[in-house]
Amino acid sequence: MGWQRFGLHAVLVLCSVVMLTPMVWLVAATIKGPDDLFHYLFFPSPSRFSLYNFRQLFEQIPYVRFMINSLFVAGATVLVQLFFSSLGGFALAKYEFKGKRLIMVLMLTTMMIPAQVMLAPMYELIYAMGLVDSYWGLIIPGAVSVFGMFLFRQSMLDLPDDLLQAGRIDGCTELRLYWDVVLPVQRPMIGAFCLIAFMGSWNNFLWPQIILHSQERFTLPIGLNQMVGLYAQEYGAMMAGTLLAVLPVVLLFFLLQKEFISGLTAGAVKG
Amino acid sequence: MNALFFRLQHRYAPYLFVAPFVILFLTFTLYPIAKSLSLSFYITNGPKSQVFVGWDNFRFLWGDPAFHRAVWNTCTYALTSVFLQLPLSLGLALLLNSRLVKGRNFFRFGFFSPHLVGQVFVAVLFSVVFIPKFGLLNRVLHALVGTAIDTKWLGNPELVMPALVLTSLWMYVGFNMIYFLAALQSVDRELYEAAQVDGAGAFKQFVHVTLPGIRSVAVFVTVLSTIGSFQLFELPYVMLSNTAGPDNSGLTVVMYLFQNGFIAGDLGYASAIGWTLTMGVLVISLAQMRLTGTWKRED
Repeated sequence: MGWQRFGLHAVLVLCSVVMLTPMVWLVAATIKGPDDLFHYLFFPSPSRFSLYNFRQLFEQIPYVRFMINSLFVAGATVLVQLFFSSLGGFALAKYEFKGKRLIMVLMLTTMMIPAQVMLAPMYELIYAMGLVDSYWGLIIPGAVSVFGMFLFRQSMLDLPDDLLQAGRIDGCTELRLYWDVVLPVQRPMIGAFCLIAFMGSWNNFLWPQIILHSQERFTLPIGLNQMVGLYAQEYGAMMAGTLLAVLPVVLLFFLLQKEFISGLTAGAVKG
Repeated sequence: MNALFFRLQHRYAPYLFVAPFVILFLTFTLYPIAKSLSLSFYITNGPKSQVFVGWDNFRFLWGDPAFHRAVWNTCTYALTSVFLQLPLSLGLALLLNSRLVKGRNFFRFGFFSPHLVGQVFVAVLFSVVFIPKFGLLNRVLHALVGTAIDTKWLGNPELVMPALVLTSLWMYVGFNMIYFLAALQSVDRELYEAAQVDGAGAFKQFVHVTLPGIRSVAVFVTVLSTIGSFQLFELPYVMLSNTAGPDNSGLTVVMYLFQNGFIAGDLGYASAIGWTLTMGVLVISLAQMRLTGTWKRED
């Protein structure tokens, strides 16, 4: 048994090293000066640490602006998606109504159709609405997350009907029930969905790349990609930009990780 | 009056609750899909000028070598992600699910963490990992073989696809592992004990207990990663500095759609590409569900 346990852990440690090395390398690259960047594979001695890359990053592109834009777009998207998706999921989980099956079928179809087929007409539509180069053009089309509706439906199926009935007898309207009874007990799923939605919006590239034209509105992925094109040799600054762009997601993940793992797998395992 | 209001709001509440989805579905899914079908019969130049050309876009697509290249690349990538990445994910999940493992949460986080770095940021990071001479990969290879390695991973048409596959392995193996691990943990331990009593060895247990137990999740993950791989765009586009790479070696279907529609401005041709992609994805994912005997029924 001993060697088996040892072998197992050896393989696991090796895999973790492979997975984590690029990230350690990324962190190391950000704090090396231009001469040390490729001279040391990982970290130089602490006396050689330098903020050069971050200085370059902030001087060459309006990085802080991109960060604020991204935070705004992702924050707004999460709130809007959270509200509409949980509301829709609630209806699908706890009500019988005409067209419910049809809606479920439409949702499944939406998930299987590659969104890119809609890019051209979506652009025409957004153009006609005058929303090109605006955040509304990002937020409105993505206001309802179909995946989120599935998640919330799945977790709300377990809500006891008696709880809802008791609320109704107390005189709650259906909207009140949703707000005061259903949402509070959905805390874990809300946490999971917030992270999933945040990551989706934070990393979104193709659609913002199409509709955002002026640099002061760029989100981080768009801004960073532009930087790669313009300053291809500034590896250190690129790495610094990448590291800072990942931090908010990592932070949110540590806040919500328990909910996240259970939420991510809930739909798959149950359904 | 009050009672009437209460009955009415109870009856109509679900319609109100799903209304946002329905409105958005009609405007931003159904209409664009229909519109893109009609657009695919036009040659367009920006959103304003359109000329009807019938099946010409599709006929042209059929003989378009760049499109063939894009389809070939995308299929290669999709096949490797299903046949290389998913078995690796399952393997890691099996290892982690062993009762002998100490520090399971640490390993789980370690494997999963690359996914927290989004596609574009992964692409920026790996564009530097792959640079010749100084990139992390060549440095590590150097250390392993002993001689300096100067492989131009992203400059050599033969190596662009392997580099992309490597990157996506790093990004997705741990992510898909989470699904498999959750599925494995939901398999009833008693089934294994029963199988052991019946004298089944590790392999037989895997085939007769584990695989049936995780089947629905495996199908789910397979279909999702196939759909996802066919939409490959960000990784090559950013890694190859917004180009299709040497000899179009990193050109994907979605990238070709983007180039035609939004750089060349022909939304019609882009729509024809989009529809071809959609049909391909639908056929493949339905076939996968058929083959695995899973017609997901919603109750």
